[in-house]
Amino acid sequence: MTTTWTMSRALNAGLDAALAADGKVLLLGEDVGPLGGVFRVTDSLAAKYGPSRVFDSPLGEAGIVGTAIGLAMRGYRPICEIQFDGFIYPAFNQITSQLAKLTARHEGKASFPVVIRVPYGGHVGAVEHHQESPEAYFAHTAGLRVVSPSTPNDAYWMIQQAVQSNDPVVFFEPKSRYWPKGEVDEESPAATLHTSRVVRGGTDLTLVGHGAMVAMMLQAAEVAATEGTSIEVVDLRSLSPIDFGPLVRSVEKTGRLVVAQEAPGFASLGSEIAATVAERAFYALHAPVLRVSSFDTPFPPAKLESLYLPDADRILEAVDRALDY
Amino acid sequence: MSAAEDDERASVQVVTPDGRFEPNAAAEEYLPYLERVTDDDQRRFYRDMAVVRRFDAEAGHLQRQGQLALWAGSHGQEAAQVGSGRALRAQDTIFPAYREHAVAKIRGVDLLDVLRLMRGLTNGGWVPEEVGNFHLYTLVIGAQTLHATGYAMGVALDGAPTGDPERDEAVLVYFGDGATSEGETSEAFIWATSFATPQVFFLQNNHWAISVPVSRQSRTPLVDRAAGFGLRATRIDGNDVLASYAVTAKQLDDARAGRGPGFIEAMTYRMGAHTTADDPTRYRGSSELEEWRARDPIARFRTHLEAQSLADDGFFADVDQEAADFAADIRRRVVELGPPDPALIFDTVYTDEHPLMSAQQDWLRAYEAGFGA
Ligand SMILES: Cc1ncc(C[n+]2csc(CCOP(=O)(O)OP(=O)(O)O)c2C)c(N)n1
Ligand SMILES: [Mg+2]
Repeated sequence: MTTTWTMSRALNAGLDAALAADGKVLLLGEDVGPLGGVFRVTDSLAAKYGPSRVFDSPLGEAGIVGTAIGLAMRGYRPICEIQFDGFIYPAFNQITSQLAKLTARHEGKASFPVVIRVPYGGHVGAVEHHQESPEAYFAHTAGLRVVSPSTPNDAYWMIQQAVQSNDPVVFFEPKSRYWPKGEVDEESPAATLHTSRVVRGGTDLTLVGHGAMVAMMLQAAEVAATEGTSIEVVDLRSLSPIDFGPLVRSVEKTGRLVVAQEAPGFASLGSEIAATVAERAFYALHAPVLRVSSFDTPFPPAKLESLYLPDADRILEAVDRALDY
Repeated sequence: MSAAEDDERASVQVVTPDGRFEPNAAAEEYLPYLERVTDDDQRRFYRDMAVVRRFDAEAGHLQRQGQLALWAGSHGQEAAQVGSGRALRAQDTIFPAYREHAVAKIRGVDLLDVLRLMRGLTNGGWVPEEVGNFHLYTLVIGAQTLHATGYAMGVALDGAPTGDPERDEAVLVYFGDGATSEGETSEAFIWATSFATPQVFFLQNNHWAISVPVSRQSRTPLVDRAAGFGLRATRIDGNDVLASYAVTAKQLDDARAGRGPGFIEAMTYRMGAHTTADDPTRYRGSSELEEWRARDPIARFRTHLEAQSLADDGFFADVDQEAADFAADIRRRVVELGPPDPALIFDTVYTDEHPLMSAQQDWLRAYEAGFGA
């Protein structure tokens, strides 16, 4: 059975399914209760599951994640919401120094199935701290798993898979993709949590990215096709671990790779991908791996975001450079 | 008024610094909890304190002899720890900081495991569920206060208290005066009161956070600050094991009965260096140390036991022997410890399969094997 949903609605349905499947699953964060979250992703779940399963926390990100750790020690599977990307930093110690390390510190005798949902990314014209892409901080941290869906279907399934993971998962939701609709297959998942996927076939060049960038890359590929260039698009889906197999096979076929991301490029996921592909597909490459990123600056005032964030045109500019090489 | 005298104001005290059994007015409401303390219990408290002090000294020696990377001592804080540790019930859960060695021992942790941590053989050391629900040490100041609070939220979610103190659970978290300035500790207070968790915050105010005096952390008594958060807050003479026992027992029973979270500020003193890496002569004078030496928790309790004819020379000789044997056994076992298994680096970072862990472990094995050829 397929349904047409926005990603916000698909996440809501996925969370609903996760809460229904396991009484130990809890949903907590700022405004996730009666309001249903500032993006309505948790709409009606407090009413359905009651205040002991879905509840508003006090306003403090370290408190949200730190108490989620304690709840996990007690056998619960908490799903925490961080209201916006730029507000995750007060929880940084609890995520990277506590949650991420606790399984190892217990030498495997305890698991910490905590999901941290983070609406992230730009292209929404919001004020400072509401448009950032901090995923590299967490992908850099051993002990965490980091994923980001790009479609309603992936959102629906990946949030449920994240809840089932026995390891902590930082779940980045591309907020500029919350409202476009897409088909959701409620019967069976398209893929497991940590697999990447070729979402458009092509022969001349590979484009890889995640989250909101996937739609941009598809748009760029469409334009390129009208000019006779065949682009293969890979949706990373999982940022830690990264499923390099499909990507390396794609590059072995096309010989060219452009990585697109909303995050600043310096020491980013794009850096990691460029290095790894250079290691694994060196002889297949006809051009260096190019990165299309935001600038290495703070996120500028929203009226300048179109200059700061990569878009389809900037992706195409890099495509041209790679092809000309 | 000296610092120690100032601290004594409004603190629950049962045994005076010179060893007289004279519960003060603040102790009155806790007296029912003292009534259940048997003579054997009192001797047990003494034995706990004396053995851990000897263990602590031995661990310091082991560090200086190169057997440990670091040692954080408990010298001076034995009464706060033993009283609260013995007040816990079997079903209770404890979140320590990193110098609660007396509590670790009471809950059944093999103190060799604490030394394995300080020797660099493990970042954990034990399985909490197997040792009286005593969780791992946390070196990141204050972080464990939130874990305790989340755990206590879980206890409350699991069901309302039955009213039977032998079954209902409570959570106790230890932290220091320095930790009270961490934002996470304040967040823990907020979450605890907001969710009315069955837990007790046990602050060992040992007057120093490495070289920084408690006056830098707070200009108001920390017990008052806790009350401002809505916690049932009590200050105790932390060098009085009976005060620590009685107040913790009552606070825990109030918490387990659903009366909300409590807070104890135990006024005590770190007699030794912060850790073996520290030199306290750079920041504090000997007169302060002498003042606190006169309030020593073990000497005071010994005077009390003797005055009440609860223990004789034979008892104290026996405790000394047990302490010496304990230290000798720890020393013997520490020096016999082998190196950790390199698989520890990779095997337990994740619970589920992770491709980088297996790939990098394979690489390291092959690399190491390359030297064998
Ligand atoms: C977050 C953090 N900051 C700094 C340190 C370094 N440090 C270790 S112990 C300590 C002082 C802690 O004082 P207190 O909380 O009073 O505990 P005590 O050592 O006196 O028992 C500091 C600053 C740390 N471990 N964690
Ligand atoms: Mg201190």
